[in-house]
Order: sequence, then structure tokens, then C-alpha cells
Amino acid sequence: MKFRTRAIHIGSEPDSTGAVVPPIYLSTTFVQPGPGDWGAFDYSRSGNPTRARVEKTIADLEGAAGSLAFSSGMAATHCAMGSLEAGSHVVAGCDMYGGTYRLLHKICNRNNISVTLVHADDSKAIAAAIRPETKMVWVESIGNPLMSVPDLEQISQITNKAGVLLAVDSTFVPPCILKPLELGADIVMHSATKYFGGHSDCLAGALSAKTPELHRQLYFIQNATGGVIGGLEAFLLHRGIKTMELRVREQSKSALAIARWLESQRSVARVLYPGLASHPDHQRAVRLMGDQFGGMVTFDVRGDIETAKRVCKATELFGLAVSCGAVESLIEQPATMSHASYDPAARAQAGIRDTLVRISVGLEDPEDLIADLDRALAIAGGA
Amino acid sequence: MTSSSNSKSELGFGTQSVHAGEARQKPNDAITDSICCASTYTFESTQSILDYLKEGHEREEYGRYGNPNEKVVERKLAALEGAEDAIVYSSGMAAIVGLLMCKLSAGDEIIFFDQCYHRSREFCVKHLSRFGVVTHQVKTGDMVAMESAINSKTKMLVSESPTNPHLTVIDLESFVAIGKRHGIETLIDSTLATPYNLKPIEWGVDYVWHSATKYMGGHNDLLAGVICGSTQKLEPVRKLRGILGSINSPHNMYLLERGLKTFALRMERHNHNGQRIAEFLESHPRVQRVYYPGLESHPSHAFAKKTMKGFSGLITFLVKDADWKQTAAIIDKCKIPRIGPSLGGVESLIEQPMVMSYFDYPSEQREQFGIYDNMIRMAVGIEDTDDLIEDLRQALETP
Ligand SMILES: Cc1ncc(COP(=O)(O)O)c(C=O)c1O
Ligand SMILES: Cc1ncc(COP(=O)(O)O)c(C=O)c1O
Repeated sequence: MKFRTRAIHIGSEPDSTGAVVPPIYLSTTFVQPGPGDWGAFDYSRSGNPTRARVEKTIADLEGAAGSLAFSSGMAATHCAMGSLEAGSHVVAGCDMYGGTYRLLHKICNRNNISVTLVHADDSKAIAAAIRPETKMVWVESIGNPLMSVPDLEQISQITNKAGVLLAVDSTFVPPCILKPLELGADIVMHSATKYFGGHSDCLAGALSAKTPELHRQLYFIQNATGGVIGGLEAFLLHRGIKTMELRVREQSKSALAIARWLESQRSVARVLYPGLASHPDHQRAVRLMGDQFGGMVTFDVRGDIETAKRVCKATELFGLAVSCGAVESLIEQPATMSHASYDPAARAQAGIRDTLVRISVGLEDPEDLIADLDRALAIAGGA
Repeated sequence: MTSSSNSKSELGFGTQSVHAGEARQKPNDAITDSICCASTYTFESTQSILDYLKEGHEREEYGRYGNPNEKVVERKLAALEGAEDAIVYSSGMAAIVGLLMCKLSAGDEIIFFDQCYHRSREFCVKHLSRFGVVTHQVKTGDMVAMESAINSKTKMLVSESPTNPHLTVIDLESFVAIGKRHGIETLIDSTLATPYNLKPIEWGVDYVWHSATKYMGGHNDLLAGVICGSTQKLEPVRKLRGILGSINSPHNMYLLERGLKTFALRMERHNHNGQRIAEFLESHPRVQRVYYPGLESHPSHAFAKKTMKGFSGLITFLVKDADWKQTAAIIDKCKIPRIGPSLGGVESLIEQPMVMSYFDYPSEQREQFGIYDNMIRMAVGIEDTDDLIEDLRQALETP
């Protein structure tokens, strides 16, 4: 069965009621057959029927040995980092979500875990940064916000040889486009708040593991630390996954049209979208992802930080908000919003300019979205 | 967009599905609407109650009369349907009951085309009759018969388009013309078409009815119904709903609003899958006949092309030389569609109308309704088209 069919049916098998949509279990605890005699579920932190279903669906879609659902993407990332012992070293792509940067530099460092940031689309730089104590390479399959595309095939060869885990934050590239585990990654992380949920109404995270052993290790940490998704959110997440392939296909189509249009605008200095021939990693993106590149586009406006601010404030259809991947289009300025938790110097080094604007393309008609951007750019430039 | 409500009609259908009817800026700056479960709403002071009673400005009062989640959905549905107003109910049946109970009185008559959802017929024939309302049924699409059934007591002309399960499409132009000629209101059950494919209001129909349980909710996880029409005509209907109590719940309304966000995308897929699968079935040697408005062989294909943009996901077909058990065996062999009633959700469903909806009827009456023992109805979901076709192929061909 193909992706969309599996997204709808795997994990939604009928129960004894015949319900076509599985019930929502809010129960925190489960009655056991006898002392020390455990049923399938005992306590909802350890496992919950609604969560188990969505985990089954995600594992199937990622081609994973097993998946785990969390209360947020950061809880998932924290769980993955929880597998590292004190003294470990992580090599991470510098084109990275601000919250992950913060977790690595301001929380994980307390456990004496050190980080080296490199440009993830430079596989040689990753290889060069690996040390004896390196335990994990962490990259985003499309970097946030500069849209860099790492060569996951090449990097997995490097990590395999070095005996290091390759973990991929694939939030910008859902599994209907790219399955990092198939390309050799060991762990895939998703902020399922984004494309998986898809409706801006549930926070969720997911970890998928290549091997049962790794899945067991991560499950142990999840159960011990407790960042699990609740029953209602698991239901909403599951509901969202059923239309994910359709949504992402449409969003990719609209994003490409919008990126091309932006590229033709004089008020725009540079457009970053892996689907554009002008993107430095375009060939690699085509090889890894085919003809869909997701709904995220970033661009630099001509002007200064204020010009970018004015663009973000002037749109009427694009909502001014962080987050992405949902049905409604959003716009934001990374320097002051999604990536404000970077140190300014690190931001500059990563190449995140003050004039950068990030859009998340939703399901509105692309002509309506282009008209909205056209107006906003005119207002921002003229003011 | 302005700060109040996004319903600019020049925006595309996809844009409206996402934004129409919603406040641009919501409480606490949330991007999505909050779920307001309150059963009652309080007033600041006695004076504010008096002001409300005198001026009647829009606000909530008691949960049976309305709630914020329901209002958002009503605005969104009205915008999508191109109607002035919409009233949402706890189910499709609650909606039609709410409308007919308001518009009809003892002595009144209504005329139905005979192909229709069996419960709508049952309500009118068995229950409205107890209140002195007479229901006439005429052959579906026979405009002459409909017009000659009209008399001075006739109050409403009713049809589905397309009909369930024969997918007959009505020539809305003639249908509405009859109503206008005689000053009688018209009602279309547009559940199977949805506003993505058909806008009866643009053809002059007075009331559009949907089981929003189907394509509008789209995920087989909520029950809802809606009546669309002019504000003036719907005002007493809304008042009666407040008395009958068939309002929908805030939780359901949130799920319906969420479902509508992907409405355009899902319908495009239902249309695509429906057409491809209907064509596949028509070319299959084990299939005797396919009812799908998008097929040239369908008797109302011309009206379908005239009124509809696409033809949705419901397909009915007859299996060649099969009795009801042999027909059931094909259904039982399907691996992707689950066996069950309803339609319009992301997951495909399949059923045998003779077993599912008409088992209690004598066989002559079934024949009269055009429900045959070898009839299968498939509600095509949004799964991968080739997966569904392969599954049907193996079900038809495995001995
Ligand atoms: C690429 C990326 N990774 C991780 C996260 C964190 O996920 P969450 O917000 O669900 O905790 C986000 C989003 O905020 C993100 O964009
Ligand atoms: C065409 C049609 N109209 C009306 C209804 C009744 O709607 P509901 O089941 O939401 O009450 C249905 C379905 O059951 C239907 O298929």
C-alpha cells in the first residue's frame, strides 16, 4: 500500500466496537489482571492505547522499528539527547531550530555534553568535527531557517564508519517526501506540531528508531522522564496524519510557485528554497526528495531589519506567528522570533540575516497568497 | 483582512476553507479558535441584560441558542455555499426535521423526488403525516410529474442532487423554475455534491441541506447537519432550533471547523478517485452497470456536467449475474474499504444497500426503490487511487 493509504489505515484497525475512528483513551491508569501480572497497558506514561495507535502509524510511515510520541518536539529532542552520557560530544548542523540550539548549549551542557556546530551541507566538515568522544551527529534534513540540505546518504556513511549515531530533525521534510531512516539515519525526530498535526492545534513530537534496540533505549528514557503526548492530542495528531500527504503535496506545489514569484521581485534580494534551481543544494535536494520540497520558504528583503519587520506586519492572509507546516499560512522574522534564542554572534555566523523573512505556506489558493505578499512588499518598501 | 470576519467572496475556495468565517485576530491571539464549552453565558449586570433584551445585539445567552464555535462554522459554511446564512444541527436528520417542522403546518403538502436517503422519506411519510402534512413522491427527475402534483396546499419541493444511492443529478434550472412559477419554496439535499462541486443557491434554490457528517466533517468522527439559505427565511428556523434543542456541541463544532480546513483538498481527491474508480468498474467484465454522474453512460451525465464541477466519491454498481450472497462475497473480500454505512470520510467504506439499509423491506418494494440484490455502494475515500483499484480488482477477480 502507498503512503496515503497507510496513513489512513495502519494504526486505525477496528476494535471490538467496529468504530472506524479509534476511541480516545484519557484513562491515566489501567486495571491489571493480578499483582505483578501486567496487562498490555498499565499506566499512561508507560503506554496509552490512543498514543500506541499513532506511534504505530508513524513507525509505519517512517519505516522505523518503532516510534514514540511526545508532548512536543523539544520533549522528543530532549529524550534523544538523554541517551548521551556525560562527557559526550555532539556535532550539529548550525542551520538549526533556535530551541534545539538552546537545549544543546544551555541545558545539555549542564551534563557536560559539548557541541560543535558545522555547516550541515558540508559533509567533510562534519567528518572533520568528529572526535573520539563524539556520540551523535544531529542535522536538520532541511535546515531552519536557511534551508540548507545535508547529504544524508554521505553523512550516514561517515557516522557508520565512526560508530556515531546519526539523528535527523526532519520537521521541515515529512516522510511523504523523505525517510531519513532509509538513507541510513538511526533516529528521526519530528516536531509533529508541524506537518503531522497540520492544523496548528496540537503540540507533539516524535522519535522514530531504526532498530528495536534503539527504540527500547529511547522508550526507557521516555517512560523515565515522562514527556509523553496526552490522549486528546494523540487523537488530533492521528487525525491530522490522515491528510498529511495531500496537504504536503499542495503546500510544496504552492511554495514552489511562491518561491519562483519572489525570485522575480526587485524588492527581494535572495530566496532560499531547495526547489529553486538557484538554491546551492538544489541538485542534492532533487536527488533526495524528488519533486516536493515542503512549504517553508525564506527570503531576504532589500533593506534592513525594519523593512523585514514591515513585511511581516503588512500581510493579511499570512498570520504573523512562529511555527509552521499547518493549513494556514504564517510569516515571521527569524532574527527576532524563531531564532531569537541564538546568541547574536552565532546567528551571524550561521548566516541568519536581520533581513530574513520566513514563510510557511498553507493550503490557501497560491494566487491569493502571492497577492498578499505583493501588497505587503509594496507597503514595506514604500514606507 | 479586516479584524472582524474573513468572508471576502473573491478569495479562492481553498482560501475560504481555511479562513472564511473566522475572526482574523482571536482571543489571546491564538491562531485557531478555542473550544468554548460553557452551557450558559453571564451578564455583567441587570442593566446589561436589559440592554441586550432591548437592542438584541449579537452575544451568547444560553448554550441551546448558540455558542461561539457553532457560529464560526455557520459563517464558514455560509461563505462556502454562497448563502447569506447557515444553521448547524446535531445531525443531518436534525437539520431537515428542524427546517420542515418550522416551515410546514397541518394541511400543507410537500413533493419529493422518490430517490432519496431512506430516513428523510421515513420522517416525512411516517411522522410528518401524523401532524397532518401530506407527502407526495414522484419519479426522480420527472419535472412534468412534479409540476402536475402541485396544488394550492403545496409548500415545498424537495430533492437530492445527486441522489443516494443512484446518483441521479437533477436539472436544477427546471426544478427551480417550477418552484418559482408556483411560488413554492425549493430544497436540495446537496450532501453528495458539497459546495465544492455544486452551489444550488446560485441556481435559485431556497434551502440547501447537508449532512455535514459526510464530506464537510470528512473524517468519520462527528455528526452534524446544516441548512443554508437567506437570513430572512432562516430566522424562524433558528428560533425553533433553540426550542427543539438540536444544536451541535462546541467540541463537535471545533472538529467540523478543523475538517473544513482541508475541505478543498479532500474534495479534489474524492472527485479524482471517484472518477478513476468508476471508469475502472465500468470496464470490468464482472460489473453489469455503474451509477456515477461523471460517466457518459450515466442517464443524468448531461445535467451533472451542467451543474457540477466534479462528481464526488460515491459510486454505486451492479455485479453481473450475482445474487445477494455472491455480491456480499465481493464486499467481504475487500481489504481497504471497511464495511459500513455513511460516506465522505478520508477512509473508504463499502456496503450493500439491500443488506445495510433495506433488509427489512419486502423485495418488491426494494425493486420499486431501485435497490437490487446485486447492488454495491462504495464511498470512495482519499486513499491512493491505485491501491483502491487494485483492491477492488482482487475482490472482483478472486474466486
Ligand atoms: C525544525 C524544528 N525542530 C524542532 C522544533 C521544536 O518542536 P516543538 O515546538 O514541537 O517543541 C521546531 C519548532 O518549533 C522546529 O521548527
Ligand atoms: C444524502 C443524505 N442526506 C441526509 C443524511 C442524514 O444525515 P445524518 O446521518 O448526518 O443525520 C444522510 C446520511 O446519513 C445522507 O446520506
